[in-house]
Amino acid sequence: MESIDVKSVQETINSFANQDVYLHLETTNGAYASHNDQSFFSAGAYIRNALVRYELGKITGNGPYRAGLKINLGWVYAEGLTHFEVDEQGRLLLAGHDQKGKLAVALELSRTPFE
Amino acid sequence: MEKERQLLVVFPHPDDEAFGVSGTIATHVQNGTPVTYACLTLGEMGRNMGNPLFTNRENLPKIRKTELTEAARVLGIQDLRMLGFRDKTIEFEDEDKLANTMLALIEDVNPSLIITFYPGYSVHPDHDATGAAVVRAVEMIPVASRPTLHCVAFSNNCVEELGEADIINNITPVANTKLAAIKAHRSQTEQMFTDMEEKLKNQDPQIMVWINNERFWTYKFTK
Repeated sequence: MESIDVKSVQETINSFANQDVYLHLETTNGAYASHNDQSFFSAGAYIRNALVRYELGKITGNGPYRAGLKINLGWVYAEGLTHFEVDEQGRLLLAGHDQKGKLAVALELSRTPFE
Repeated sequence: MEKERQLLVVFPHPDDEAFGVSGTIATHVQNGTPVTYACLTLGEMGRNMGNPLFTNRENLPKIRKTELTEAARVLGIQDLRMLGFRDKTIEFEDEDKLANTMLALIEDVNPSLIITFYPGYSVHPDHDATGAAVVRAVEMIPVASRPTLHCVAFSNNCVEELGEADIINNITPVANTKLAAIKAHRSQTEQMFTDMEEKLKNQDPQIMVWINNERFWTYKFTK
C-alpha cells in the first residue's frame, strides 16, 4: 500500500459510483487491547461483503483522511485512513495504520465479492 | 513429558501453536508421537501490516497460510489441517455444529492427548470459543474412552481462578526449534523479535523462563 494520494483515490471512488459494489468495513483495537491495558475500552465493528450502491463518494481531510459514501438509503464512512492501493483485481483498498503499522481501520470496495 | 500415542492440537489462529505450545509439540514429535494440528482460521483479522507496510487486509491470509505451513514444517507436524473458519467469528458459529465438527475431528484423529485453549480463560473470543467446542466434543465421548485434555490459559485471572497449572513442561532442549516456529510467523512476530533481540542475546532470565516453560491445565470434566 502507499500513502493516500487524494486525487487518485477520489478518481477510483468515482469509478465505483452508481453500480452494485461489495463493501468491506472494519475498525479494530485488536483483541488484546483490554488484556494488555485493563483500563482500555476496546470497541470495533466489521462488515464484509455488504452489497451497496452509492451516488456520491468522497475522500476528505489533510491526513489521516476520511472517506464517506452516500448510499441509496444512508451512509458509510471511515476515518483515520492513511494508505491506499488499487490491487490486481481492481479493488480499492483503503486502510488506516498506526505508527507501528498496525491496521486500525479499513474500507474496501470491489465489483466482485471479497473471499 | 509422558509419551503419547497421538497428539491433536486445536487452535483458531496461525501462531497460537507457536508461543506457549511449540516446545511441547516439538518434544512429542521427537518422542515419535504423530501430531495433528487443526487450525480453524488463517488469522485474517491480524493487524500487523509491517513497518514499512508489507501487506494489506486482503493479502494477509495468504501470507499467514504460508507461515503456518512453514511453522508446521519446522516443528515436524506431519498432519496440518486448515478448517476454513474466519478469524474473530468462531464465537458466532452455531455451537452444536462447531462441537460436532470437533467431534468428527477427534474421532478421525483418535488422539490420546488434545491440546487447546481453556474456555473462559484465554482472552481472545476465538480462543475461548474453540476451547469450549473441544470441551463439548470430548464430553460427547463416553468417559472411559476420552482422551486427556490439556488447556492453555493466560487471562489475567487464570491462576487466581483455576489455581496453578498442573503441567509445566520444560522445553529447553527444543528451545531453538520453538524460536524458529515463532519466527516462521514473521508477519506477526518480526516486531516482537526486534524488541526482544537484546534480551535473547543476553539470555535475560525472565525471557528464558517464558520461552522454556510451557504450562497447561488438565481439564476436569463435570459431565
